[in-house]
Amino acid sequence: MTSETLREIWSKGLSSRSFTIGGAITLALVGVALVSQVWTPYAVTEINVPLKLRPPSAEHWLGTDQIGRDVLSMMMLGARNSIAVSLVAVGIGAGLGVPLGALAAARRGWIEEAVMRFNDFAFAFPALLSAVMITALLGPGAVNSIIAIGIFNVPVFARVTRGASLSLWQREFVLAARVAGKGATRITLEHILPNIASVLIVQMTIQFALAILAEAGLSYLGLGTQPPNPSWGKMLNEAQTFMYLAPQLAIFPGVAIAVTVLGLNLLGDGLRDVLDPRLRRAR
Amino acid sequence: MKRHFATLSLAAGLALAAGQALAAKDSLVLGMVLEPPHLDPTAGAAAAIDEVVYANVFEGLTRIDRNGAVKPALAESWTVSDDGLTYTFTLRSGVTFHDGSAFDSADVEFSLTRAMADDSTNAQKGLFEPIAKIETPDPHTVTITLARPTGNFLFNLGWGDAVIVAPESAGSNKSKPIGTGPFLFKRWVKGDRFELERYQAYWGSPAKLNRATIKIIPDPAAAAAAVMAGDVDAFANFPAPETMAQFEADPRFEVVIGSTEGETILAMNNTRKPLDDIRVRRAIAHAVDRKAVVDGAMFGYGTPIGSHFAPHHPAYVDLTGRYAYDPAKAKALLAEAGHGSGLKLTLKLPPPSYARRGGEIIAAQLAQVGIEAEIIPVEWAQWLEQVFRGTDYDLTIVSHTEPMDIGIYARDTYYFNYESLAFRNVIAELNAAVEDKTRYALMAEAQKTITEDSVNVFLFQLAKHGVWDAKVKGLWENSPVQANDLTEVYWK
Repeated sequence: MTSETLREIWSKGLSSRSFTIGGAITLALVGVALVSQVWTPYAVTEINVPLKLRPPSAEHWLGTDQIGRDVLSMMMLGARNSIAVSLVAVGIGAGLGVPLGALAAARRGWIEEAVMRFNDFAFAFPALLSAVMITALLGPGAVNSIIAIGIFNVPVFARVTRGASLSLWQREFVLAARVAGKGATRITLEHILPNIASVLIVQMTIQFALAILAEAGLSYLGLGTQPPNPSWGKMLNEAQTFMYLAPQLAIFPGVAIAVTVLGLNLLGDGLRDVLDPRLRRAR
Repeated sequence: MKRHFATLSLAAGLALAAGQALAAKDSLVLGMVLEPPHLDPTAGAAAAIDEVVYANVFEGLTRIDRNGAVKPALAESWTVSDDGLTYTFTLRSGVTFHDGSAFDSADVEFSLTRAMADDSTNAQKGLFEPIAKIETPDPHTVTITLARPTGNFLFNLGWGDAVIVAPESAGSNKSKPIGTGPFLFKRWVKGDRFELERYQAYWGSPAKLNRATIKIIPDPAAAAAAVMAGDVDAFANFPAPETMAQFEADPRFEVVIGSTEGETILAMNNTRKPLDDIRVRRAIAHAVDRKAVVDGAMFGYGTPIGSHFAPHHPAYVDLTGRYAYDPAKAKALLAEAGHGSGLKLTLKLPPPSYARRGGEIIAAQLAQVGIEAEIIPVEWAQWLEQVFRGTDYDLTIVSHTEPMDIGIYARDTYYFNYESLAFRNVIAELNAAVEDKTRYALMAEAQKTITEDSVNVFLFQLAKHGVWDAKVKGLWENSPVQANDLTEVYWK
């Protein structure tokens, strides 16, 4: 990509409201997660029972939870855990799904049939339900929830990749490359993937939002991130019985999940607006 | 016309509602957290079985009342021989089982023999172990001869595991319990509720309630909502202590914090390295701040204990000071045992909040002295399988809710793998002692022995968080045995 097209994207991006808002939210989230790597106001393992269930104050900006832990610190580390789990899970999904989809589009025939029917099979299960099933089989934990969320992302990427690639294989520049003697792998790497990159980026953003939700859901059920590691879903679960005493314990993680997913969806929408027309015109 | 109809149906609805409100005076909906696997108290260890059927559906020769005292039940009276070996019970007459069949001494002989049999699935076979001989001279007399004097034999016969069943229905009691109690079992809607109905031909004073529904609500938030909304009239033991404050502030409800027989402990696998070293076990005991655990996990409801013994028992010895909270001492003990650089252990936690929340607090406290406890949450089935039966664990938190159960420390194979000849001798003496004075002295010695050996970290006595409609009377305040006795419950 030349610097000229980058600049073009940037100016287009700035004029798209969903891109700027979504981007800002996402950046803020990533920022918080990065900061939590090196600093949180308190250690999340620091338990101070006499100070439990305090409302927000100068010492504890978001108050303390039922055993006296600092909610802000937990939220920050929760953001990091959510992002880490979702990022790796989407990475697994894309890492397996994209090659599968590309293979199906390049080879056609029985390979395509096999890949796509397998996809249909995996797709037939509701995503979160299959994630619950997988963590139930493998045992609860962050790593297993990554695998579970990653697996249900695979068919999504395989489908999108195949669908977007199929039409490209009929285009003149691909035919030319074939005539010139390039193999299917090279054509996929050099011509197909660069041209569907924007579609994949948009899809990744959307899947990322879904993965955040899935992680929160699994942790809420006690199948995801395990104590003492904080997670938004787990915080929500624990806050349930404190709804009357300390509603803020449920509100903070709930708002965090909602805003994060909203931000990622806005970013996805914005990216689609910004990237798609450019594609159409450039070709 | 339509409007007329609406008014009419509204009026009818109101009348119906009023009628229901009147009818509700003799029925009760009781909430419970755990659903029992089946309903035969003579064939399962689950406390939830007794919580449905004890004293309501099934009765034994004796029964334990709300204060933990032994009272006559199916046995009207009894005499004990001077050597403490022969018990002669006079059975009540006019007692029938819910299927109409008569109760007599043959049923007693059948029930006890069945519980003692080699292939018996009774969870407390130890209760019947001293029995040498059962004789039935006539239909209303049973003579039980013991192999050795057993001090609390009459109390033991009052356990849910010792209830009297009929030979005709014993096999099907798991799904359709047939006993002699004031309530007969109507229906079990799996995953939802049990329905009990007053047994009209009951031998004693009939139950005041006509109908009782026991509703299973495992989720604490849903339980709180159900009580608030009036869908459930009473929760004898509410799952979330943190919600008690909100019920206390509401005049519609009565909140009663009672005592239970539940000693909550941080159990340690005594034969597994490095926990086989008494210094390590003592270090862990010093590292745990019981008060913080009670305040944090149970919202202050719970009495710290220093041994495996209920504080409300007359023979209780306060040993909470033996291992006072002292992180420095804990560190020193660990260093002495060669673990100055730290230690890694696993901490398996079953679902109740005392374990899950208490576990997080204890893990943080252990971290202060250099012990890294890896938290592994497990479901009850996994806990029974891995920890209780498989003894595959380092540390775990659990509440032992059976009454007077210090004897478990003398068992050959029990999940904390404590083996002490001295302790076994004390328990053997205790089992043979009849005089209260001797028994209490031996109980005190037993408490001191396990504390001195620091077998487990004794955390606190579980409180019973009762919450019910202020107009409901007669529910148990305390839990001397696992039961929801509805016999004397009524609406004011």
